Amino acid sequence: MSKQFSERSQVVRMIILVVAVIFVVRLAVLQLFNPKYKELAEMQSLRNVTQYPARGFIYDRHGKLLVHNEAVYDLMVIPRMVKNLDTAYFCRALGIERSDFDERMDKARRYSPYSASVFMKQISKEEYAKFENKMFRFKGFYISQRTLRIYDRPIAAQVLGYVGEVNQGDLDRDTYYKRGDYIGKSGLEKSYEEVLRGIKGRKMMHVDVHNREIGHYQDGRYDTLPVEGSNLYTTLDADLQSYAEELMANKRGCVVAIEPSSGEVLAMVSAPTYDPNLLVGRIRGKNYMMLNSDIAKPMLNRALMGQYPPGSIFKVAQSMVALDLGVINPGSGFACEKNLVGCHNHPSARTVQEAIKMSCNPYFYQVYRRVIQQGKYKNIYKDAQYGLTVWHDYMLRFGFGQKIDIDLPKSGMSSGNIPDTAFYNRWYGKEHWAFSTIYSNSIGQGEVTVVPIQMANLAAIVANRGYYITPHLVRFYGADSVRDEQYLVKHETGIDRRYFDIAAAGMYDVVHVAGGTARRARVDGLDICGKTGTAENYGNDHSVFICFAPKDNPRIAMAVYVENAQGGGGTWAAPIAGLLCEKYLNGEVKRKDVEKMYKEINPCQKLPLTRRVKKAKKKR
Amino acid sequence: MEYQEKLKIDWWTVVIYLVIMFFGWLNVYAAGYSEAHSSIFDFSVQHGKQFIWIVMALALAGVILLTEPRLFSNTAYAIYGFVMGLLVLTLFLAVTVNGGKSWIDLGFFRLQPSEFAKFATALAVSKYLSALHIEMKDMRTQIVVAALIAIPALLILLQHDTGSALVFVGFILPFYREGLSGAFLIIGVAAIALFVLALLVNKYILMGVLAVVALLYLFVWLNKRSGRIYWRTIGIWLCCALFIFSVDFVFNNILESHQRERIDVLLGKTEDLRGSGYNVNQSKIAIGSGGFAGKGFLGGTLTKADFVPEQETDFIFCTVGEEWGWLGSSTLVALYAWLLLRLIAMAERQRSPFSRIYGYSVASILFVHLFVNVGMVLGLVPVIGIPLPFFSYGGSSLLAFTILLFIFIRQDASKNQLL
Repeated sequence: MSKQFSERSQVVRMIILVVAVIFVVRLAVLQLFNPKYKELAEMQSLRNVTQYPARGFIYDRHGKLLVHNEAVYDLMVIPRMVKNLDTAYFCRALGIERSDFDERMDKARRYSPYSASVFMKQISKEEYAKFENKMFRFKGFYISQRTLRIYDRPIAAQVLGYVGEVNQGDLDRDTYYKRGDYIGKSGLEKSYEEVLRGIKGRKMMHVDVHNREIGHYQDGRYDTLPVEGSNLYTTLDADLQSYAEELMANKRGCVVAIEPSSGEVLAMVSAPTYDPNLLVGRIRGKNYMMLNSDIAKPMLNRALMGQYPPGSIFKVAQSMVALDLGVINPGSGFACEKNLVGCHNHPSARTVQEAIKMSCNPYFYQVYRRVIQQGKYKNIYKDAQYGLTVWHDYMLRFGFGQKIDIDLPKSGMSSGNIPDTAFYNRWYGKEHWAFSTIYSNSIGQGEVTVVPIQMANLAAIVANRGYYITPHLVRFYGADSVRDEQYLVKHETGIDRRYFDIAAAGMYDVVHVAGGTARRARVDGLDICGKTGTAENYGNDHSVFICFAPKDNPRIAMAVYVENAQGGGGTWAAPIAGLLCEKYLNGEVKRKDVEKMYKEINPCQKLPLTRRVKKAKKKR
Repeated sequence: MEYQEKLKIDWWTVVIYLVIMFFGWLNVYAAGYSEAHSSIFDFSVQHGKQFIWIVMALALAGVILLTEPRLFSNTAYAIYGFVMGLLVLTLFLAVTVNGGKSWIDLGFFRLQPSEFAKFATALAVSKYLSALHIEMKDMRTQIVVAALIAIPALLILLQHDTGSALVFVGFILPFYREGLSGAFLIIGVAAIALFVLALLVNKYILMGVLAVVALLYLFVWLNKRSGRIYWRTIGIWLCCALFIFSVDFVFNNILESHQRERIDVLLGKTEDLRGSGYNVNQSKIAIGSGGFAGKGFLGGTLTKADFVPEQETDFIFCTVGEEWGWLGSSTLVALYAWLLLRLIAMAERQRSPFSRIYGYSVASILFVHLFVNVGMVLGLVPVIGIPLPFFSYGGSSLLAFTILLFIFIRQDASKNQLL
């Protein structure tokens, strides 16, 4: 080996040695000579405390508080730090059994002997006061302040949603959450989770031998303050919401009310509902099981999740499409030929306005035939394909056949069904269907289904004479009043507003003129415009009504669904809608007798609610 | 059989290897310790899995010791080619773990081909440099070996695994040993120093200081006023100036934001104790709290309470520092130093250049890992995620390091036959 290379070998050895020496010296600095770390050697006396921010409040459109918080206390334990505990005394102070204590300690130890876990959850202020002054005797235990949701008025449960402990999926998805944290599980609590939750803070505290926090470690250099959650300012009108829930008591169904000019949802009711206070605190688990197993599905938001045949209400949209296509004109008349499709007894309609008022089935059979079979192709199958494609496109512009982009969690939301050519080709085979196969759509039966909020939106479209703003529940949030831009966009149907004037006039007649189907929606002094519908269904038909009021410059548009009600839309849904319009527009309801009647009545009282559904399920 | 001579296995190396590996396992066990999984053979948790890896590593080591001595030098290029193929495949098949894309999911096991690229490259480099008439001083040779290490390094960079790519810089040591000019080492160290200084000090002041140093060198020390040395010094000074001014560009435009933050944290320019500085700060607290003799096996509180992220893998050294104190962690550093120095000594006693170069490569790769990993945990090197050899939790890395080391032990065992 030449001298040169052995020198080089020495250089490499030197490099290795120098690095090793640097490491050993650095270790000595960290471990032996640095007081900063020596202090930390007494880690036993430090406590890492998470500070939970208060969740944001939720307000209604007039600034009334819907959801706020209450302080509760979690008793935390770090099992390794529990020393010299007088267990009997401790159990007495907390009011628990010895066996219970052992069980809780075991659980905490299994999670981790070194890090904090919850020993006892959600202790109220009063309970905490009883043993607060004894805490110094319980080494290894400390108190962590948490907040719980409180609902002063038990309304809008499905819209507000609830808060619950994070599950494994939440933990995997977002590292912000730690076991035992809370997260919005449904409703606005879920869709605005990141706005409402704020940011957790952390503090490292010195703890003395008596288990008292004596100060911040290193003057709080390692501490972060929690950032409070932002408040949500919703579009809901708490009084209207509450009133609608009272009216829908003893019934199944839903109500969606929208301010047409802004798309703001004024009320969204799904009946039966529940008291949101049931899903808070230590009682949550038990109540959740109860609500979840209830056959009437009180936690379901029917306004968004239900799918129903639109029934006669669909005729309003059909007439707009046909007028815009020019296949009929406002003065078109069709005879009420009951051999085409069944109808009730009424004179034949001579205009579109009359047809809407009387809800004449054969009339809209003819209208839909003209839309589907426009005569563009000689082959009727090809012609029907063309017509259906055009119609389908219109329906999408009305917001049908797609999930409404409301600011609630999308999961479980229905999109409704507007059949397109692909749908029928799959069903019947290509060129094996034409108008005669699909005519049921004309009167809102057949393959068409819609979601209640889409129907309320249809009312808003007519109210606006041709456009809608996507319905939404939050106006703005936080101290900076953040608004979502997408809820300022007008979605145009592209149909001339003159035609919508005709629809509005027809809907006015429905409520006000002899022969209209919804005279029961009438309220003196309010020119309510509406349209009834009967959604055929297994079991009894659903009673449906959409309306808006006043006729000019409307301030409210809504859809009311009463499930399995005997009688059509005019019998149940219309009078409820009338009461709601009166409440919202006049501020109070004068017709106390009517109000009392509809609050108490149960439209399917012949059978108890739960049995009915069981029967219906068997039928399917 | 071709070789009759009894294998002369270097048992000291094997013993150091075993000690480090089992000490590592104890610390993986301690880092993940909870009473729910207190059994040391619980295969559902990390220390249990690590035990399986250790058994597999030992079996693999045994197999390597039984191979024919020339096997690895004969198949060096084939192995290199195969592993490069795997690296390319990884780019397409990788599953993402912690932001890196370096794992192929084999169902029962996540294979990390970048770990195996190290010994494959070491084999190929040794094979190439040990050929007749190949001189390290030739430009041509330098270009070829640069390419041999650049290919895996770039492929691994594409997997967003900067740490593993950086390891290939270590090959500069075997090259240096084989005759590469020492200037490369000096330039490398100077470049790092200038980079750091340029980030810390005003650039004009830095250049001024350099100019003063150059003038002092020329006129006071050498006391010459003319000649080539004069121009060369100016040339070097200009290169430094250029480098200093390019630092900002590289720092701001080429490095990724998390890399910038980690460097800033290291240099003390920012102290983001809850963001990018969190790991290092927590690890320093954990180590510092260990004191002279540590808190004892399983006695650590900081590394248990999830204060230190990645404590079983890249930050495993924290657990050593906390539970075994200055005594234990210094001993571990000393063990590594002993292993490295022993490997250098073994490399020097080889008769075949292939074995010698390979020995240097092994030592260098291990050295870079040690330097970066422990340096990072001690807050001396920016946070770069690479494992501590034989010590950190992880199957691919343990198996790959074992292969790397035992191929050399195998070569050494029959050094008298190999020329």
